[in-house]
Amino acid sequence: MHPAFSVIFLTTLIGVGQGMFLALFTGQSYSAVELLPTQNSADFYATGGMIALLFLIGGLIASFFHLGRPERAWRAATQWRTSWLSREVIVLPIMMGLVFIYSLMHWFEWDTILFTAKTGARLQVTLVIGVLGMLATFALFICTAMIYACLKFLQEWHSPLTVINYILLGTASGFTLATAFANVSAPDLMSFYAIWSMIIIAAGLITRMASLFRNSRIKAKSTIQTAIGVRHTKIEQKAMGFMGGSVNTRDFFHHATARFLKAMKWIFLLLTFVVPFILLWSGMNSQSTGTLLAAFVVQYVGLIAERWFFFAQANHPQNLYYQTI
Amino acid sequence: MSQLALVIDLNVCVGCHACVTSCKEWNTSGPAGFMTDENPYDKDPTGTFFNRVQTYEIGEFPNTETMHFPKSCLHCEDPPCVPVCPTGASYKRKEDGIVLVDYDKCIGCRYCSWACPYGAREIDEEQKVMKKCTLCVDRIYDESLPETERKPACVLACPTSARLFGDVHDPESDISVTIREEGGYQLMPEWGTQPANHYLPRRKTHMHIHEDELQRADNPLNKEQRGPSAPVEEPTLDDSTSW
Repeated sequence: MHPAFSVIFLTTLIGVGQGMFLALFTGQSYSAVELLPTQNSADFYATGGMIALLFLIGGLIASFFHLGRPERAWRAATQWRTSWLSREVIVLPIMMGLVFIYSLMHWFEWDTILFTAKTGARLQVTLVIGVLGMLATFALFICTAMIYACLKFLQEWHSPLTVINYILLGTASGFTLATAFANVSAPDLMSFYAIWSMIIIAAGLITRMASLFRNSRIKAKSTIQTAIGVRHTKIEQKAMGFMGGSVNTRDFFHHATARFLKAMKWIFLLLTFVVPFILLWSGMNSQSTGTLLAAFVVQYVGLIAERWFFFAQANHPQNLYYQTI
Repeated sequence: MSQLALVIDLNVCVGCHACVTSCKEWNTSGPAGFMTDENPYDKDPTGTFFNRVQTYEIGEFPNTETMHFPKSCLHCEDPPCVPVCPTGASYKRKEDGIVLVDYDKCIGCRYCSWACPYGAREIDEEQKVMKKCTLCVDRIYDESLPETERKPACVLACPTSARLFGDVHDPESDISVTIREEGGYQLMPEWGTQPANHYLPRRKTHMHIHEDELQRADNPLNKEQRGPSAPVEEPTLDDSTSW
């Protein structure tokens, strides 16, 4: 497939926003049961929530560049019964709304305690909103990934690993950002986030490698024989019917060399996983915001490369019909 | 429910592209608006087409065979492009099974083209909506046309009658009989899309002439041309008897 930058930015930016929100919610859940010190609502949760929201808005804006007719985008919410894209269009604003409410309630400290357990654990209203936000976040991860995973003839995508990778990679980038953010506004939580980030990065590396391994061994179900229905071992296309190119020659192939593709694979493996892991480790020890922020920036660049590779690697069966001018 | 479809006889197609130009001509002048061509007379021309004729070489030189292969939307019975559409612009008509795009609802997100394994959908780069073969839905029901012309433009244009049009759900229709008797097949059956359009395979048509047929042993002409038998010495039965 041809990697469209609008979709690359959409999926990576909302991934950061979703992961950042999950990180805030995780932190608050831990402190609610007194495993972590309580943080200032406005400084940490409200500001953090707004940062997450900015990334989500950035992703939403990027998505409009993918549409030919953005003025009709509202129609995309109608087919949620069958289309994962439509479901994403519904869940994204819901999730953004919940993040906004979550931040707003923290900002104004509308934090009524609904229930206090004998052990001292407290259930706050914001935590309830947080639970809803978390559910919406995971629903959004699933919708985004299923847009790709549900296309059965794009065999590289048609796997549960696609969904797992979207969840883990988005969460990892959000947690890395949360680590850098915590170092500024909630230093108590910095090493908590750094360790979780490293765990999620390690998990993401394993599942992404698993998907690379799976994809390198895929046997294409469609062949030139099934495409034109001729049972002969040697078939060669001599003409695709036109010489000037069309959507079919532009949209479904990455137009990069095999060497470039291979380089991108190593680049994204290094930048998304290895380098941020090392930077997080050293930033955690040195408590340097600069290093932690560098970990996030490097990982985000890595994720752009990862998403580029994700698209480029998918081999669409329609390419069988467009092999030569 | 009927399912309109095309049957394309690969044994007959000569790859002349008449169906391509006729399709483009009819549909670019149709009520749904033109089909964009960018740089038609310049470098890198590109444009939207509903129908393409491709050419394949089968076998190894010198034992090769050239096959011309027209490809348009196959109007699948289970079209993968329809459920993925977020706006409902892509739909399959219940009454005749034609898969259509509502150009007023399409947002141009290209997701349906990703979901079509045949590459049958082409986005119009100027109108920014997805376009595809309509089986000339604006023609086949037009009662102002003579009944013989109520067929898709590509079918009418084909000089060798390689394209047949009809209802594949009616077992007695011409195209159903043809599919049944001539070994009609579907493209990429592995995905379960059940394309309505079928293709008829290439067949070798040899003429076998046996020696007997060149020189018929029982040619009645030979009998007629046989001369009278030679006179005989002995009296015959005719000489000694009189009736």
